[in-house]
Amino acid sequence: MSTSVDRPAGAGAQAPAPAGGKDTSLQRAGDWARRAPLLPALIFMILVTQLPFIGTLIISFMNWNAYYPDQIGFNGLDNYITILTSPNFLSAIWTTILLTAGVVLTSLVLGTVIALLLDRAFRGRGIVRTMMITPFLIVPVAAALLWKHALYNPSYGLFNGMLTLIFGENAPQPDWISQWPLGSIIASLVWQWTPFMMLIILAGLQGRPLDVIEAARIDGCSTWQVFRYMTFPHLRQYLELGGLLGSIYVVQNFDAVFTITSGALGTANLPFIIYQTFYNAKEYGQASAAGVITLIGTIAIATFALRVVSSLFREEGR
Amino acid sequence: MTALETSGAKPTATKEIPTNAPKPSRGALLLGVAAWVIGIIFVFPVLWMLLTSLHSETNAATNPPSFFAPLTLESWANFFGASSGASPWPPLINSATASIISTILVLVLSIPAAYALSIKPVRKWTDVMFFFLSTKMLPVVAGLLPIYLIAQFAGMLDNIYTLVIIYTSMNLPIAVWMMRSFLAEVPVEVLEAAAMDGCGLLRTLRQIVIPMVLPGIAATSLICFIFSWNELLFARVLTATVAQTAPVFLTGFVTSQGLFLAKVCAAALAVSLPVLIAGFAAQDKLVQGLSLGAIK
Repeated sequence: MSTSVDRPAGAGAQAPAPAGGKDTSLQRAGDWARRAPLLPALIFMILVTQLPFIGTLIISFMNWNAYYPDQIGFNGLDNYITILTSPNFLSAIWTTILLTAGVVLTSLVLGTVIALLLDRAFRGRGIVRTMMITPFLIVPVAAALLWKHALYNPSYGLFNGMLTLIFGENAPQPDWISQWPLGSIIASLVWQWTPFMMLIILAGLQGRPLDVIEAARIDGCSTWQVFRYMTFPHLRQYLELGGLLGSIYVVQNFDAVFTITSGALGTANLPFIIYQTFYNAKEYGQASAAGVITLIGTIAIATFALRVVSSLFREEGR
Repeated sequence: MTALETSGAKPTATKEIPTNAPKPSRGALLLGVAAWVIGIIFVFPVLWMLLTSLHSETNAATNPPSFFAPLTLESWANFFGASSGASPWPPLINSATASIISTILVLVLSIPAAYALSIKPVRKWTDVMFFFLSTKMLPVVAGLLPIYLIAQFAGMLDNIYTLVIIYTSMNLPIAVWMMRSFLAEVPVEVLEAAAMDGCGLLRTLRQIVIPMVLPGIAATSLICFIFSWNELLFARVLTATVAQTAPVFLTGFVTSQGLFLAKVCAAALAVSLPVLIAGFAAQDKLVQGLSLGAIK
């Protein structure tokens, strides 16, 4: 995939031409000597990650259901028409957007607040930081199981148990997953992703120019002014980075949707529906068309994300 | 980008300098307490999982919760196959195999690549860097079917080495980005001296570069290990009974089966344990890995 990213450090990025530039064969040999260590990784990546997309693109124009192997053939844009007029697919697009935006925005806000709290000196800061990142270190399927069975379960889950503990026998006992299916998934993912956002924002906070802030304080700036005019502009690119990386990972979420609701109750997102079309329904053509559409949608986010990473990369210099 | 943003954008190692250190006022104390409360709220579900896994099944599934029920290792013994049920050991071993071998492969491929992208950069090395990064941003699900078909055609379904290849490709971009940022810190003089002494590429890497960036290699490996260990979608599609990994094994607990809460908690925690250990060990480098090296 090639995107129009501003290339960092233009001149310095070029490999310096060998001194004896006249001897072209020697120069070429030098170029290859430089490239040699890179080639295995590059070729491996192209083979394993790029070729499958070509396969997906070709299959997306085919009528191919593995249950009817004698009816395989090309059918033009039929799969795209089927997919784009299927209410399931369209609702999956909407679910994916809601899920991603819900998780990323909530965890970004929470992560920023917690990062600001953790950026201060207080007793046990290291312990709190370790406690905060623990949710991120639970295997995603395990985390989803924990939320589904141990927290959300209407009869013995911790949430309803705490309600009974606090409000007594007549406490409300909601069936969390049935009543708020998407909200339940979002909450469990926010729990896992807030630590990620917190770590990125904390890194941003710790890279602030403290001398400038000190000077502003001496000049009589209030805490709010320092935050609004100095910390926040500095954090902006870290917020962007966190938001974009979070989006890239959460858009692809499969584990939580699969585990908590199995895609029922309107929670099937694009990865889940493609998985289902391919793995359960064996509609290879339609699954591929859905994959291609998802791919096109993601390229838009990815291009923007690459630009943000590129700007950080440029500042870092070499 | 304004001057204000760029002026301090380079994250330096000022970690332990607190912003307002000297005056522990009442407000500061309150904010410290708030941080503690939030930290406890976030870690509580994990502690609850641990506590539940140490209760008997009848004490685990009560409403209101029985915090002080007697502790027992019954569910752990149960999970590791004391009584009936599938043993978790084959999936755990499969996961370890896939994660460890793919991590080694990632290192073998990424360290020379990072060398060619930082120490002796090829032409247009930034384009190559962004190619690696872009592969990480495309949805894996869009490539799932062709990979499945190829594995089927090659007779590699339900084979752990298929997952090794997939996980290597999944983690290689992260490792290239991380390793490049570590290798860029190796002083040029050292490398020049090595070249003067007539060291070849492999010897330079093995005897000079690798020992100098060993902590970076360790962090990179731990992060690659975590991502491989966690992966579910490919493992579910490409494996069945033989090469099943631990997350796939866990999906057996998706539907409730009577009194099984303590066992679920033991299972979920047992499978997460390697990630918790790797994650705490790599704590300081976690951000760098997760942000693909964009943040130091």
